[in-house]
Amino acid sequence: MENNSVHRTSVEYRRKKSAKEMRNQFLTFILMIFFTVISFVSVAYNDLFPSNFVAPFILLLAGIQVIFQLYYFMHASHKGHEMPMFFMYSGVFAAFLTILAFLTIVWW
Amino acid sequence: MSSIAEKRSVGAVLWEYLTTVDHKKIAHLYLFGGGFFFLLGGIEALLIRIQLLKPQFGFMSEETFNEMFTMHGTTMIFLAAMPLLFALMNAVVPLQIGARDVAFPFLNSLGFWLFFFGGVFLNLAWIFGDAPDAGWTSYASLSLFSEGHGIDYYTLGLQISGFGTLISGINFLVTIINMRAPGMTFMRMPMLTWTTFIASSLILFAFPPLTASIFFLMFDRLFTTNFFDVTAGGNTIIWEHFFWIFGHPEVYILILPSFGIFSEIISTFSRKRLFGYSSMVFATILIGFLGFMVWAHHMFTTGLGNVANAIFAVATMAIAVPTGIKIFNWLLTMWGGSIKITVPMLYALGFIPSFVIGGVTGVMQGIAPLDYQLHDTYFIVAHFHYVIVGGVVFALLAGAHFYWPKMFGTMLSERLGYITFVLFFIGFHLTFFIQHFLGLWGMPRRVATFLSGQGLDMGNFISSIGAFMMGIAIVIMLVNIVITTVKNQKVGNDPWEDGRTMEWALESPPVYYNFKQTPFVRGIDTYWIEKMEGNKGLTPAEPLDDIHMPNNTIMPVIISLGLFIAAFGMMYNPMNQVGDGKPWAIPVLIIGLCITFGTMLIRSIKDDHGYHIPKEELMNDKHKGGIAS
Ligand code: HEM
Ligand SMILES: [Cu+2]
Repeated sequence: MENNSVHRTSVEYRRKKSAKEMRNQFLTFILMIFFTVISFVSVAYNDLFPSNFVAPFILLLAGIQVIFQLYYFMHASHKGHEMPMFFMYSGVFAAFLTILAFLTIVWW
Repeated sequence: MSSIAEKRSVGAVLWEYLTTVDHKKIAHLYLFGGGFFFLLGGIEALLIRIQLLKPQFGFMSEETFNEMFTMHGTTMIFLAAMPLLFALMNAVVPLQIGARDVAFPFLNSLGFWLFFFGGVFLNLAWIFGDAPDAGWTSYASLSLFSEGHGIDYYTLGLQISGFGTLISGINFLVTIINMRAPGMTFMRMPMLTWTTFIASSLILFAFPPLTASIFFLMFDRLFTTNFFDVTAGGNTIIWEHFFWIFGHPEVYILILPSFGIFSEIISTFSRKRLFGYSSMVFATILIGFLGFMVWAHHMFTTGLGNVANAIFAVATMAIAVPTGIKIFNWLLTMWGGSIKITVPMLYALGFIPSFVIGGVTGVMQGIAPLDYQLHDTYFIVAHFHYVIVGGVVFALLAGAHFYWPKMFGTMLSERLGYITFVLFFIGFHLTFFIQHFLGLWGMPRRVATFLSGQGLDMGNFISSIGAFMMGIAIVIMLVNIVITTVKNQKVGNDPWEDGRTMEWALESPPVYYNFKQTPFVRGIDTYWIEKMEGNKGLTPAEPLDDIHMPNNTIMPVIISLGLFIAAFGMMYNPMNQVGDGKPWAIPVLIIGLCITFGTMLIRSIKDDHGYHIPKEELMNDKHKGGIAS
């Protein structure tokens, strides 16, 4: 009996959790589509927005989308993903150093 | 099992090796493949030293000389040192962590065959005429203007073997993260496993820049792109950056596993736990981390500007700190230990002072203003040979002696081993010590000859004599291997008697499934703990059960062969810079790629679930698989 009820609550808990996750995924999905639309718009109306605004703006949106992708769709925050995330961040770090160096000392 | 094995024909053995996915057999393949290229690179080195034996010697033309040092460097770094380290890593790391194989046995085999076919492709350059001649660094400002197809052999060959290295690196990462036996926490892993882990993550981050830049160079030469062509708006310096973003981590990919090998040897033969284990781990990680921030120290003289030079100089010198930590830990491991002198231990003792010399000259080169004097002189040659030969090659020779019984079940002769060591050690210092001074006296690097009467004659002569001594040492080692193999005297589990880590609890060589029952790990130096408690084997972590094993497969060979064929099509495509395009080139390119990707497709859709060794069979198997019974 005891055992069974423990089991039941854990199932319920999990169901609630995945419902919440589902909602989050749906929300981020909408947001991602929205971001994509506004980046297209910002390019399409190039007479309204100067290009030195558009380029960093799109890059920023792209960055946010990567984070959404990792955390909401690839479950990076879940347990058991620490090692892959550690390597992802190390990779980001190495790439960042490279880009920083290129921006400062190659294309000076 | 073994009685059948002895009667098998040559053809069956060959087929076994072509199709094997067993990490122990792949270790043999890496040893033979890497050993072959090591001999090739060694012969090239001797030819270089013959040409420089005396002033204005006409032993070979300047052009051949350029090809010779280029092929020597490229072969040694990519086709000898790294594969030989992979050999030892494959042979030992799964055993050290209590695993039955690596995480992806299929990819392990694919990694080897890609390396092998890439290496063969690169060396075909000798047979078909033009070998690469722009140095192992192949700076674009030079290599774009190299005549003939030499550089194309370099780009295509290294691209193929580079894929193999990347695959093997990822495989070791996953193996070490996922396949450790129960109780084997990260902070209980043996040092060789730790250094393999860090070196593999360096491979993961360092090889993609190399792959990208080699693609750029390949396309510049073969498909008329202009990534590096300044006259068409490209930027030739980018190659140098990309190359060294790869290149500096690469030297740590080589030296870290070597440190790991020496850590094992020193603690085994000092019969003492490794001193400062956690600081060793920390230093390894720190070296790997800093290794990505120092690449521009190879480019001080490129004109980066004072600020950039200063930043990279400081970062470079910072690496000396964790390296120093390691040196002191080794010394303190020996301090108070009951040291047993064996061949591997002798190499370890020789390694410490030799590597320190290489480290000191490295810091000297890290001083940017001084590097303006040292750059492109023989001083640089002396430096990197002190670290590569005094560090990596010593580790490979030591590791070969140390792990030979675990890999082949026989013990290399100690007596011949001593002779090899003495000759090699003296030859090494004779060759390279004087080169520091040759550099300071003004001898530039990569020159085909020198004039007499400039004070360079004697130094070069001494250097060449030393090179021959190293050559003789290696020949004696080969004789040793042959004698040992012919005698075929089998040894027990722990032939050095002082083994500390789990591989020494297994048979020499281990049975194909390694561990009959997955072992339970209770601390650093697992086997030592068991021995101290009077146990004959490891404590099992699970009851005896069926063992799941992967099937052998020929597919990795076919996948690699496809790329090898495609490379010829790439090289002779009609747009190539040399202008000798062939009509068959594009079809050959397509056929090659179809072979590769077709085989990959078959592999993906045809499930191969492997097979099980039933429990009953294991119970009757006379092999112990690490468990005392
Ligand atoms: C540990 C293993 C090491 C290996 C295998 C290694 C290998 C090499 C190689 C192959 C080069 C020649 C580059 C060229 O073609 O110009 C080189 C240059 C250099 N190394 Fe190392 N190195 C190691 C360690 C170090 C350390 C510890 C330092 C400094 C603390 C260092 C500093 C340098 C610098 C500054 C240069 C550039 C010199 C120049 O091009 O003018 N290296 N190294
Ligand atoms: Cu470097």
